Amino acid sequence: MTKIQKLEMVNMSKSFQGFYANRDINLHVKSGEILGLLGENGAGKTTLMNILYGLYQPDGGEIRINDAPVRITSPLDSIHHGIGMVHQHFMLIQNHSVIENIALGYEKTPFFFPKIRIRDKVVEFSRKFNFDIDPSRKVWQLSAGEQQRVEIIKALLNGADLLILDEPTSVLTPQEIKELFRILNDMKSRGHMVIIITHKLDEIMEICDRVTVLQKGRVVGGADKANVDKRELARMMVGRDVLFNVNREKLAKGEKVLSVSDLHVLGDKGLPAVKGVSFDVFANEIFGIAGVSGNGQRELAEAITGIRRISSGKVVAGSRNITNLSPRKIYDHGVSHVPEERIKFGIAPGLFLYDNAILKQHHLDKFSKKIFLEYGRIKLHTRSLVENYKVATHSIDVEIKNLSGGNIQKLILGREISEKPSLLVASHPTYGLDVGATEYLREQLLLRRREGGAVLLFSEDLEEIFELCDRIAVMFQGRFMGILDASDKERLKDIGLMMAGSVSYTPLQGAIDK
Amino acid sequence: MITIKVSDRQRITTLRSILTNIASLFAALIAVGVVFLVCGVNPFYAIAQIFSGSFGSIYGFKETVTKAIPLILIGGGLTLAFRAKFWNIGAEGQLLMGALMGTWVGLAWGDSLPSFFLVPAMFAAGFAGGAMCGLIPAILKIKFSINEVISTLMLNYICAEFITMLIVGPWKGKTRFGFPGTDNLPDTALLNVIPGSRIHYATLILAIVSVVILAVIVYRTRFGYEVRVIGENPEAGRYAGIDFFRTSLVIMAISGGLAGFAGVGEVAGIHQYLGYPASVSSGYGFTAIIVAWLAKLNPLLSIISAIFFAGILVGGDAIQISLGLPAATVQIVNGILLVFLIMGDYFLRNQVRLVFGNAVQRKSA
Repeated sequence: MTKIQKLEMVNMSKSFQGFYANRDINLHVKSGEILGLLGENGAGKTTLMNILYGLYQPDGGEIRINDAPVRITSPLDSIHHGIGMVHQHFMLIQNHSVIENIALGYEKTPFFFPKIRIRDKVVEFSRKFNFDIDPSRKVWQLSAGEQQRVEIIKALLNGADLLILDEPTSVLTPQEIKELFRILNDMKSRGHMVIIITHKLDEIMEICDRVTVLQKGRVVGGADKANVDKRELARMMVGRDVLFNVNREKLAKGEKVLSVSDLHVLGDKGLPAVKGVSFDVFANEIFGIAGVSGNGQRELAEAITGIRRISSGKVVAGSRNITNLSPRKIYDHGVSHVPEERIKFGIAPGLFLYDNAILKQHHLDKFSKKIFLEYGRIKLHTRSLVENYKVATHSIDVEIKNLSGGNIQKLILGREISEKPSLLVASHPTYGLDVGATEYLREQLLLRRREGGAVLLFSEDLEEIFELCDRIAVMFQGRFMGILDASDKERLKDIGLMMAGSVSYTPLQGAIDK
Repeated sequence: MITIKVSDRQRITTLRSILTNIASLFAALIAVGVVFLVCGVNPFYAIAQIFSGSFGSIYGFKETVTKAIPLILIGGGLTLAFRAKFWNIGAEGQLLMGALMGTWVGLAWGDSLPSFFLVPAMFAAGFAGGAMCGLIPAILKIKFSINEVISTLMLNYICAEFITMLIVGPWKGKTRFGFPGTDNLPDTALLNVIPGSRIHYATLILAIVSVVILAVIVYRTRFGYEVRVIGENPEAGRYAGIDFFRTSLVIMAISGGLAGFAGVGEVAGIHQYLGYPASVSSGYGFTAIIVAWLAKLNPLLSIISAIFFAGILVGGDAIQISLGLPAATVQIVNGILLVFLIMGDYFLRNQVRLVFGNAVQRKSA
């Protein structure tokens, strides 16, 4: 088959149980073009691309390559047609080397001595696109950006003319994003076409030539980049104006609610992950911890909330020493927790919504007297959570896995703050959520701050950090590169460099180059 | 070209779940029929014989109920363990330890205590014996990360050999004329049966009360809630501050203890003495795994599925005699049923379709 010059999707529709995820969608992309597919979560972007990649079968509509209709019924078909996809969560085997992973996904891998025989090809490709990757390294040793490049090589080796990237920047540092965009531009100049699924407006403006906007499964707009601005795109995406500058009034610092001193914590592999971190959090404050994931943030959050053992150092909440107490005791002492990866940690997916609404509180007297659960009160409480935190569901008698990510997160947040804890530890609370849900959750965090609560916010999203936080710490390789005041615009300019570990500020002393 | 497409089913209704179970049982019966055919027996006749042997006559039904008693107890207990994803394959050993402890109490105090105190004491000792045997793998799992499938399975052999050692050695009865086995339990230690049957009703009542209490525990208590959370998502359990060690201990104490009850029932209600392990139990601990599975891990439903499988055991005995089939036939039948039930689960969770055509031209790069 010849190279793809032009790809069209005509009147694509796909429904799940009578609910249209895609309806009459038209979309086209041509050689040497980068198309942005913009939309909130649940707008149908990923569904549409999964149809193109052969993972789903459409109910109606047609895919045309170079004006000829084609049928794609499996990822294998789509690879044969020259379509490659890099998923949001990388499909790599962590314990295998780069070359082994590529050999596994490469169709023409020879049966005997595959590694040796395709090595040259990989090196050649890496050189052609200026990828800097050692093919013999194990995948777990690679950063997220490098893993993504491995995925891209996999797709290109299989002859992809069209590359689909699902939320490609969500796990990258600002520097790595720049590198990715350079690679994409390079591909574009060689006549490849690219579709990027995203809900980040900045990326659209920076890299895409054209944008198609989806909302609730339909195309609601499309434009050349030259003819639109961010505000306009945001309006198309959510159907109304978005709050870009959240209203964060000045508040006087309250009393100290959390004090962490010289904390050391081991990671999953038994190596030090948090290496001597100290900081205080006060009431009426949102304290942000920025940084690229994998620099000890998860371990720090788990240590404070009692899920992970602290090897040395001290955590004090209010006046109580909570070092190495059980998560339940720590909760009872006023520290609640919105965990990262909400599905993996925050809920029991197969249990009902009302079961999940008391995950952290089922031991409290109001929900269970000694032994027996009080389902009457539990359901009452759940209904009020659903109502107060705008969880969209037709009933509380449904398994929670049937809810969308945004609604699950609203329920988790409601569960964690409804008891008015003195400190909320929130790990990536808006990760992967649509603009509407994100805005809502951020407002709730600010509300907690106004009400006299404190929030310890872990986030990779700098926009979120700047919008919400009073003070910002940047974490790199288990240490703080400095704690900055949000008004310290001068030093905050270097935040990208701090995240990459190349600049470190210690408070009061100014910049120290490493 | 025909390809098989598998995709997740997004919503599973109760009706579909029941229909899937019935369909898998039917499919299993077809496979069982093939086995009978190989044995040179008319499969329709053989299957009819199984069910008429167990449910078709008063005598058969009484036997079915008798054999359902241990299956209800053990199967009920296993629903709790399996719900928490604790794969207890050691119910057979836990039953044996219960039988051993019950026999010990019965023999030691049989002459000095009246039935009214002795029988409850035997059941209590049996529960403790089964629970102890269940706690060992729980401790090994939580403290040393030892896989519970291996440890519970291996403990079965240890328990069985331990009993064999006792009955050929120190516990060998004086009235056995040198044959292995303890003396008969005194009359005060024996359980009454419904006249004209072998149904030791005290154990039957205990079994039904136990699974009812178990259902209340699972669905209505703090502890049951924690079990369900752990089983659904252990990470969420950790996050919610559930104490895994304590919860696992309680789960395995209950699961093992109920098997221990069953052991006491078998010894005091049926055999009247402790003999070879294989004669004490005839594999109830393993059959109960299928019972729990067919009951969809619902303690109350395990009563129904226990009666069903007890029927197959009894019917199996019947065709051994009437058709001259080997004893292993019943185990084959049970094994086939379990495999098909598990396969049915796969089809319940996933939508599997055959897709025809669509050969694609290969692209030459």
